[in-house]
Amino acid sequence: MAELTISGIAASDGIAMGTFYLREEVSSDRLREPGTPAQERQLFAKSLEQAADSLSNLMKRIDAEAAEILEFQYELLNDEDFLQPVYNELDLGQSADVAWAAMMDAEIADYASGTDEYMAARADDMRDLKKRVLGHVSGGSSAAFDAPDVTGLILATSTLTPSEFLELDLSRIAGIAISEGSATSHVSILARARGIPMLVGCGVDLLKLRTGYSAIVDTENSVLLYNPQGDSHSQYHARLEVLNSADQMAKESAHLPAVTKNGEAVKIYANVDDPTILSCIDASHFDGVGLTRTEFLFEGAELPSEEKQFGIYRNIMRWADGRPVTIRTLDAGGDKPISGVTFDGEANPFLGLRGYRLSRMRKDIFNAQLRALARAAVFGPLKVMIPMVTVREEMDEFREMFSSVVHDLKREGIACSLPALGIMVEVPSAALNADTFDAEFFSIGSNDLIQYTTACARDNAILAHLAQADNPAVLKLITMVVDAAKARAKEVSVCGDMASMPTIVPLLLKAGVRSLSVAIAQGPAVKQIVRSWDARSLRGDGNGG
Amino acid sequence: MSAYVMASAIILDPTGLHARPAVKVSKMAKKYTATVEISGTEEGIWINAKSTNAVMKMKAAHGSNLFVRALGDDAKTAVSNIIELIQRDFKDS
Repeated sequence: MAELTISGIAASDGIAMGTFYLREEVSSDRLREPGTPAQERQLFAKSLEQAADSLSNLMKRIDAEAAEILEFQYELLNDEDFLQPVYNELDLGQSADVAWAAMMDAEIADYASGTDEYMAARADDMRDLKKRVLGHVSGGSSAAFDAPDVTGLILATSTLTPSEFLELDLSRIAGIAISEGSATSHVSILARARGIPMLVGCGVDLLKLRTGYSAIVDTENSVLLYNPQGDSHSQYHARLEVLNSADQMAKESAHLPAVTKNGEAVKIYANVDDPTILSCIDASHFDGVGLTRTEFLFEGAELPSEEKQFGIYRNIMRWADGRPVTIRTLDAGGDKPISGVTFDGEANPFLGLRGYRLSRMRKDIFNAQLRALARAAVFGPLKVMIPMVTVREEMDEFREMFSSVVHDLKREGIACSLPALGIMVEVPSAALNADTFDAEFFSIGSNDLIQYTTACARDNAILAHLAQADNPAVLKLITMVVDAAKARAKEVSVCGDMASMPTIVPLLLKAGVRSLSVAIAQGPAVKQIVRSWDARSLRGDGNGG
Repeated sequence: MSAYVMASAIILDPTGLHARPAVKVSKMAKKYTATVEISGTEEGIWINAKSTNAVMKMKAAHGSNLFVRALGDDAKTAVSNIIELIQRDFKDS
């Protein structure tokens, strides 16, 4: 048999190698002869009770977060309004399994339809509950799924419900591939929290593969590699070995501060793109949040209200638990168009109305964001920065605008305070003149700084060789910003991809950067790079220090 | 004839009234003998707060007002405790 590649969607990151194991679906449509209505009622009630018992036993064995996911199902078993239609059907002579399955199918369709992704993901919980109760009605066990007693399985299945996942003996499972499913489902959250690499949406071809062959789940490339041959097999093997040993070491010290060999502490902040992930992350592994990209708020059909924004900002502050949180105001435009916010038809959007240039023109939207931020600032040390700043007058204008927002809120009797205000340094003119800005902190947006320094569009792959992160001109600009900030005792950090590149981090440290803001998954690895760096080795290496 | 006890509060959770809050509201509502209903508007449609499924399907959004009304002996306690639950963002007291 030849090597096969199946594409999926990464739902929980990692690389896993093991033995492919296809879970056979036990058909639950076994037909039973219905008894009398009274017998069916009794059977159904007993099955609900057994299902509730097995769920509550499972909930006792697992952590609180996972138990809360199952509690929704548990409560449905005690929901009279929800169960009444089934009892009505039983009175009319229907059998318990058919009536329950039909009612649940309608509910599943109801949850899955519509545009609300959150509701659609709950359809999985409904499928879970349907199966569990059916198992009891037809006299089977609680439908617990038993993987063979070997380790290193790559589990393939058409669906996987939250309770099935929680009942798995995870010591046997290396990775999971699901033909259906979504990355926002409860199962995806559970897999991420437990570090099991998982692909969803692999398509029905996955279910045609046979058990027993070796397989690799690779979420970096979003593929399942089935029956990998010589080359790819050994490549993955080597990659996995490196990942495992580095991972192990990094994970063991993820909660410890990053200190260079010569004893300098370097702050490692988290970049937050979507705060829903934070509930799975231990805040103590980071020195705070160095960049919150607020664009995710504007992905829906409606503009986010002040209240909604306030709730989300406040939740990030609560997660950070007293550590500093940096939030960037809306950075729309350029490669991030937002319908109804950005302007179409610019010949050169990267050089046009984006970031702060756009926000100051959309006062209605900007005002709601600033009000929400000022209200969140009472929950801890909040820092707010504006993107795409070119001249110092923009910062002065922003400070004035924010002060007046705070003034208004206070007059309305709403609790608020003025956060620390800073700028993103992405435009070369801001880097060159960093010392002129009335900013309390600087954050270097490395991706854009490279783009504007090298005049290479970020989205043009042909120019990638010119847009290198280690371009000396870029590093020179970064050094200038660091020096300007240090001269006035202001913090300067680097966010963007440079801050987590293994070859670049030492260059940033050499340039004097002592704060890095990185993607959450990169935190432990970047800390390791910092720990292996020694400022003393710079002396006499020919490049100066 | 006794009248409904009614009050309202704003949903703070950024995801709105999703699974976890829906479970909390219905569990609490079930503790009372009074009929307990909730709605997104003062005029109704009123839905049974003791039904987890019905509460979940309201899809009450973040920042929206949630109205609670109850009828029966312990109606007053029911309404005030559920309003408090909403106000403390569905956290355990």
